[in-house]
Amino acid sequence: MNDRSRELKPFVPAPDDDMIICRCEEITKGEIRKAVHDGMFTLTEIRRYLRTGMGLCQGQTCTKLVKGIVARELGVKPSELGSATGRAPMRPIEMKILANDGGGKK
Amino acid sequence: MKCYELIVIGAGPAGLSAAIEAAKRGMSVVVYDENSKPGGQLFKQIHKFFGSKEHHAKVRGFRIGEELLEEASKQCVKVVLNATVIGIFPEKEVTVKIEDHVEHVKGDTILIATGASENMVTFPGWTLPGVIGAGAAQTMMNLHGILPGERVLMLGTGNVGLVVSFQLLQAGCEVVALADAAPRVGGYGVHAAKVARCGVPFYLSHTIISAEGNDHVTGVTIGEVDSNWQIIPNSEKHFDVDTICLAVGLSPMSKLCDMAGCEMEDSPAKAGFVPKVNEYGETSVSGIYAAGDVSGIEEASSAMIEGRIAGIAAAAKLGYITEEEGKKQITEQEEALNGLRQGMFAPGMRGQKITTTEEGIAISENLLSHGYVSDEEIDRFPGVTHKSGIHPVIECTQNIPCNPCQDACKMHCIKVGEHITSLPQVDPVGKCTGCGMCVASCSGQAIFLLNEDCGDGTAEITMPYEFLPLPEIGDKGTAWSRKGEPVCKAEVVSVKSIKAYDKTNLLTIKVPKEFAMKARFFRKEVLV
Amino acid sequence: MRINEHPILGEYEKGKIIKFTFDGKELEGCEGEPIAMALKNAGVMVHRYTKKEHKPRGIFCAIGRCTDCVMVVNGKPNVRTCITPLEAGMEVRTQHGVSAE
Repeated sequence: MNDRSRELKPFVPAPDDDMIICRCEEITKGEIRKAVHDGMFTLTEIRRYLRTGMGLCQGQTCTKLVKGIVARELGVKPSELGSATGRAPMRPIEMKILANDGGGKK
Repeated sequence: MKCYELIVIGAGPAGLSAAIEAAKRGMSVVVYDENSKPGGQLFKQIHKFFGSKEHHAKVRGFRIGEELLEEASKQCVKVVLNATVIGIFPEKEVTVKIEDHVEHVKGDTILIATGASENMVTFPGWTLPGVIGAGAAQTMMNLHGILPGERVLMLGTGNVGLVVSFQLLQAGCEVVALADAAPRVGGYGVHAAKVARCGVPFYLSHTIISAEGNDHVTGVTIGEVDSNWQIIPNSEKHFDVDTICLAVGLSPMSKLCDMAGCEMEDSPAKAGFVPKVNEYGETSVSGIYAAGDVSGIEEASSAMIEGRIAGIAAAAKLGYITEEEGKKQITEQEEALNGLRQGMFAPGMRGQKITTTEEGIAISENLLSHGYVSDEEIDRFPGVTHKSGIHPVIECTQNIPCNPCQDACKMHCIKVGEHITSLPQVDPVGKCTGCGMCVASCSGQAIFLLNEDCGDGTAEITMPYEFLPLPEIGDKGTAWSRKGEPVCKAEVVSVKSIKAYDKTNLLTIKVPKEFAMKARFFRKEVLV
Repeated sequence: MRINEHPILGEYEKGKIIKFTFDGKELEGCEGEPIAMALKNAGVMVHRYTKKEHKPRGIFCAIGRCTDCVMVVNGKPNVRTCITPLEAGMEVRTQHGVSAE
């Protein structure tokens, strides 16, 4: 997937490009497709570039949808894409709670 | 830092089962769950489960949940609710958010049993209020007693779509149609049949073109797709609905496994990105286990056994039982698990097109394309026989792991045999007493008692009935066909609701005898 | 709408009837049930309008995962109404964007 010399077919607008994919951040299918053509080939890059899956729900709904769109754009199977890096916190959490985390000590 | 011998993440069927087995063997166990109630999705399952006795067959899901909780409390398993695990770090350190603080805990072993999340599909209008997941519908009606909508379209004919459609009908919603982009019904035929005979049309090879409405859903348009998933022009069908329910599959929620450093794989047979596990559910990280949907989408029944296996394996790993004892106990569980992983819907069969049963009988094509077995097809199945006097007619036409009907008949009229997936056969000389236990025990609601000729030109049909209001003796109405169409006049001659039937009422109707093999449902409205 | 009696579950165990407000309007619900359920029963479908496109959203997953049902509750934004228990006197408001404003 990190083969940056990969030749993609030129970006062709599609009728459903305005379909919302990431419900939280309101990212459309067209934006995701364009991001691939801008050189974002991995799910981690797409996430950083567009904020898909970075909203309140942390990708609960859109992760699989984004993967499907990126795979199709790259002409690979979704299973070849792997997943975006999982990091703590796994779930949305208020900053003040994280900030108060004093580690393992009581 | 608090330390436990087993940290379980997720208090669903797999997590609770593992915790019970581990605690039973003396381990200190904690179970974290992000929800306010334990049991995962079990308490939303109001249908009777499949399987055999050891798998709690014919017991309703929520009762299995109650039993699990009771067992867990007996073993003094500590279940911490509203506790969200937000990270797993090296040396089995777990961070968990409880109320407004983060706790760090360590486990000698960890079980990840986080379950699954619902897949979604997109279409114009899919973000409108009124478009909901099938799980949301179950949560609303079965946990909170709130009607998800008045008129509902269900997308997806897998078991979730079929079961939830039936539950919507039970709750009092109108299900206007079931649609699926696939050309064949994905779930159990018996689940489809009980929805179809209520009059819900099936649209296979159909997908949603758009949801309509400004502030919320007011309608939906579906259309037929060709083999390239493109909408066929002029195939559109419109329905006025206030709710669109999506049941398009589940994906393992395996992010925590990935984060914990477990080796992962993308497996179509397991329906997604899952940790690689050995026969004990142990991942590539020694001492970290995964069980239930997180390691491959299956039924709750198999999740519970996987959980038990992981719990026993963890106990053996820490020396609470000898390796030998562990192996023996796990083997017993594996046999039960293998029993469930048989037949046409086994995990290994995903995506395969099956045309004949294990017995060599051609599968009902109509069942797969329309949700019901046609009149022409039904007689070729071994549970369907004809004789004078009362006798069971078993419209079970696919090899699924289920055999309570065999145990239900004290007169030994019904035989499934050693293979749990075999189609039930009716013994031609068996003396049926008409007790109705087989009808009530069939989780697929596929057994009927027939007296095909009462001697006065009528026939009597006894059917399972799980709706309100319950008809009364003397009620006159209409008999409906498997297809869900009115076929003839009918009169209710008996209504039985005994405790052993567990809420499956037995309704007996009288119809002209030529409709004995056609009438399969009753509605009070007189339509013919 | 509430299901009065269910063929399998019978009658539902519900908390006592209490009052709360939705956008200033007084509504009734059952104490302890998720806020979203009380709203659904009252016929409220729209919980919030999105930040960029100002599109309506409501209940979607009903188990606290998708966060589409968030509203402003007692002045606090982004409260997942499908898993937050209803209390007497709660002030529930339609959320616009991602803050309480």
